Amino acid sequence: MSRLQDALAAGKFVVTGEIGPPKGIDTHEMAEELEHLRGKVIAVNVTDIQSAVMRLGSLIVSEWLVRQGVEPVFQLTCRDRNRLALQTELVSASWVGIENVLCLTGDHQVLGDHKGTKGVFDLDAVSLIHTVTLLNSGKDLAGNALAGPTKLFPGAVVAPGLDPMEPQLLKMERKIAAGAKFFQTQALYDPRQLETFMRTAEQFKVPVLAGLVLLKNAGMAKFMNANVAGVFVPDHIVQEIADCPKKKLKAKSAEIGGRLAKEMKGMCQGIHLMPLGWTDIVPAVLAHAEITDVGLS
Amino acid sequence: MLVTEQKPVGEILGALDGAKSVLLVGCNGCPLGWDSGGPAKLAELAEQLAKGGKEVAGSVMIDFLCNKALVGLKLTRHLDELKKADAVIVSSCGVGVQATAEMVDKPCHPCLNTMSSMSFQGLWPSSERCGQCGDCVLSLTAGICPITTCAKNLINGSCGGSHKGTCEVDSKRACGWFRIYERLKEQGRLDNLKKLPYVRDHQRMDIPMAQRSTIRWAIEA
Repeated sequence: MSRLQDALAAGKFVVTGEIGPPKGIDTHEMAEELEHLRGKVIAVNVTDIQSAVMRLGSLIVSEWLVRQGVEPVFQLTCRDRNRLALQTELVSASWVGIENVLCLTGDHQVLGDHKGTKGVFDLDAVSLIHTVTLLNSGKDLAGNALAGPTKLFPGAVVAPGLDPMEPQLLKMERKIAAGAKFFQTQALYDPRQLETFMRTAEQFKVPVLAGLVLLKNAGMAKFMNANVAGVFVPDHIVQEIADCPKKKLKAKSAEIGGRLAKEMKGMCQGIHLMPLGWTDIVPAVLAHAEITDVGLS
Repeated sequence: MLVTEQKPVGEILGALDGAKSVLLVGCNGCPLGWDSGGPAKLAELAEQLAKGGKEVAGSVMIDFLCNKALVGLKLTRHLDELKKADAVIVSSCGVGVQATAEMVDKPCHPCLNTMSSMSFQGLWPSSERCGQCGDCVLSLTAGICPITTCAKNLINGSCGGSHKGTCEVDSKRACGWFRIYERLKEQGRLDNLKKLPYVRDHQRMDIPMAQRSTIRWAIEA
């Protein structure tokens, strides 16, 4: 069992982090980012060809995390691989000791940097979770027996900010029926959104980790409001970060993130921090949030 | 000409849920030519449905179900039968099923699988397109095709990019799954979303040799 799985099963509150593999083989920045997270979070997500922008792979970086002694949450999307390739990735992941896998459909290819590519979507988030469940039981999608079942802990995502919310909840139920054991949410900046969402979602009895993307500047907040479905940064937060002098932005970002985490921590089972490179401020975020145990003790 | 084949009767009956009375609407175009539909096949289906405990409120043949004017005109002459029916069974390609579902406020169920349009998308001058999957799910999706209306051709519901009824690819593009959700909700059939198959069988898109070796195929292909 992964540490994340253990902690969630024990009903502990958890905090996870995230790193994004670079576009190329110069990984020194990623290595630095990882060092800031070591020991500060229970597991680290590794994004998979994030935003449909070609980059270093999620599987190989997740395996590198295992070798570094940091527990990964291997993200896997369905945009770029068919069911043969996806199952191979899952079996390979399990073989090298990766346990947590976050199953996503993936952004549409036109949102990325290779707009003319062919989207695959042979499977999607729901059927990928179903696939993990099958592989864990020792069978593949075609019903053939595996030489040794996988030992994977499948999670999924949900976006509480989407309007209307009902289709999201229906899909969340479908993901749970397929075998999802935990959820990470899309970035949230309004605790009331999480509160409304959890009122319905808590009946499913599956742990939910509230997603928090650390804001780097007002431009980023405005961009997300205009372009990222279901992400809403309230005006007062946009203003707060717009009024902050450039030199103090990191401190301000930690303060806002910490404040939100503090408000949201009582509503859900964990926080998933997406620092987008600013992993050095994660300890400050946790301090502001008054979170002393991220599930590791 | 579109290549279609009839779904197993068990699947058609299974899709009807609690509907007791059904109206059959058949296309006299491609399915007749391909021998998968037409009046004789529809009469056979009516008998099988009756054996399965369904009451057949009526049977309507329309020359081309992909012609909006024809569908509207013909169905208005059968309003009484339509009112009596709890559901409509449509014998046509995916375009005709979607066209009919757009015109009537009853659940519409395909009784054929469409395997190929042979590059012909029908005469419906609107947005209904058939993905030629060979395993039609329109019965579960309120007569709106998720394969052709969703930018990712998803089968398991809307993705995380569906917001305020639009698609993540373009804010002016309608999200197909949102439309399906809205119509299912209107019809009180949201439970359908739990019945969708997790995985598609893409092999069904390939036209079997039994079809390819027919005279019809030789003439058309």
